[in-house]
Amino acid sequence: MSLELYLDLLSAPCRAVYIFARKNSIPFEFQFVDLLKGHHHSREYIGINPLRKLPSLKDGKFVLSESVAILFYLCRKYSAPSHWYPPDLHTRARVDEFMAWQHTAIQLPMNKILWIKLLIPMITGEEVPAEKTEQTLEEVKKSMQLFEEKFLQDRMFITGDQISLADLVALVEMMQPMASNHNVFLNSSKLAEWRMRVELSIGSGLFWEAHERLVKLAEWDCSTLDPVVKERICEFLQKYK
Amino acid sequence: MGLELYLDLLSQPCRAVYIFAKKNGIPFELRTVELLRGQHLSDAFAQVNPLKKVPALKDGDFTLTESVAILLYLARKYEAPDHWYPQDLQGRARVDEYLAWQHTALRRNCLRALWHKVMLPVFLGEPVSPQMLAATLAELDETLQLLENKFLQNKAFLAGPQISLADLVAITELMHPVGAGCQVFESRPKLAAWRQRVEAAVGEDLFQEANADILKLKDLPPADPVTKEKLRPSVQALLQ
Repeated sequence: MSLELYLDLLSAPCRAVYIFARKNSIPFEFQFVDLLKGHHHSREYIGINPLRKLPSLKDGKFVLSESVAILFYLCRKYSAPSHWYPPDLHTRARVDEFMAWQHTAIQLPMNKILWIKLLIPMITGEEVPAEKTEQTLEEVKKSMQLFEEKFLQDRMFITGDQISLADLVALVEMMQPMASNHNVFLNSSKLAEWRMRVELSIGSGLFWEAHERLVKLAEWDCSTLDPVVKERICEFLQKYK
Repeated sequence: MGLELYLDLLSQPCRAVYIFAKKNGIPFELRTVELLRGQHLSDAFAQVNPLKKVPALKDGDFTLTESVAILLYLARKYEAPDHWYPQDLQGRARVDEYLAWQHTALRRNCLRALWHKVMLPVFLGEPVSPQMLAATLAELDETLQLLENKFLQNKAFLAGPQISLADLVAITELMHPVGAGCQVFESRPKLAAWRQRVEAAVGEDLFQEANADILKLKDLPPADPVTKEKLRPSVQALLQ
């Protein structure tokens, strides 16, 4: 059995893994786990990943979750070009630093915007209080500033002249709010240029293919959402309120 | 100037870095940054880490934040024994998996447990509703279940037969709710046995030393009004 990647490209971490595997011509079977249909809660998927999260990798009997771990694994196993995860001690540490920081500083707030601006109103029919929205938008603005000042600075890419895993992970996450028509790159031409550079480095074709499902999310007919899943989402949403 | 580590042992990630450096005989200068006095918010410390958080590492001109990155840097630079971060592809992947997962799981819940149970009400004098506390402790409980069932399972350590960075990061997180007086290990024999193994592998003396401050936290007197004001915004951000 070949390498299997369990993905739904609505999820930023899934897009990072997908793009990396495709870009590096790593042969894999795309196992679609439909988040919108709640398939990540199916018995079948729980058997593969009891954490019920995406992405997951299955390589023979070896199952791995967490996109950062999966990216490192693929990088090493398939000997990806060294610029993805540079061997120099300091440069590598910068990538590690970003990969650690982004979980709470980038991924969380970017997803929050998507929920607040699109999914919550769509699924529950309720708008999120303006104060909460403002707070989240501020958080995102601050994170983008920190990203620019600390990680990108005046470089072409986070580590220097070439794209690395850090740029890939950063960009796919910053694309998440696009599905709710929120463009986080509008305030900084530096970041907008970096965004373009990363897209071109990946290849626009592959980049936009990976983002197709995300950008069409607003067209999703959420009346097809499984009522059990809807219930779970509404419970989970209490946390945001 | 040699390696400097900016730490406060009240912080979980700082404990992990401290234990790792000491255990591996890595020479460093300890620069204490007292969180409860708001020293991390000072202009002086902002020169070291503009993100105003600990731990931070300074190695000549090179500064580094994020405990996971610091641990990996130290492991590589000082060539720590393989078991900490195995060369083996799958062994290493298991450590990476844990180190990624814990940011939004165990880390988050242990922090909230300490603050909701002790630090907010006692130190900052800000009441926490019983519902909020109950919810936080329930989430912690769920995370501990995952730690046992998904990560530890029937292994001696989280990522395999020997102690790794994953165990170090996990155990130092768990000392937070322990310091808050939560029953973390009492009803979980598997986890308790794992804790003993980790303590033995680290060395009891070093383990006690690193955890001295967090275990004394219950005896901390309330903060003065000036400190309370100073810390309030950063605490709010911390507990988002």
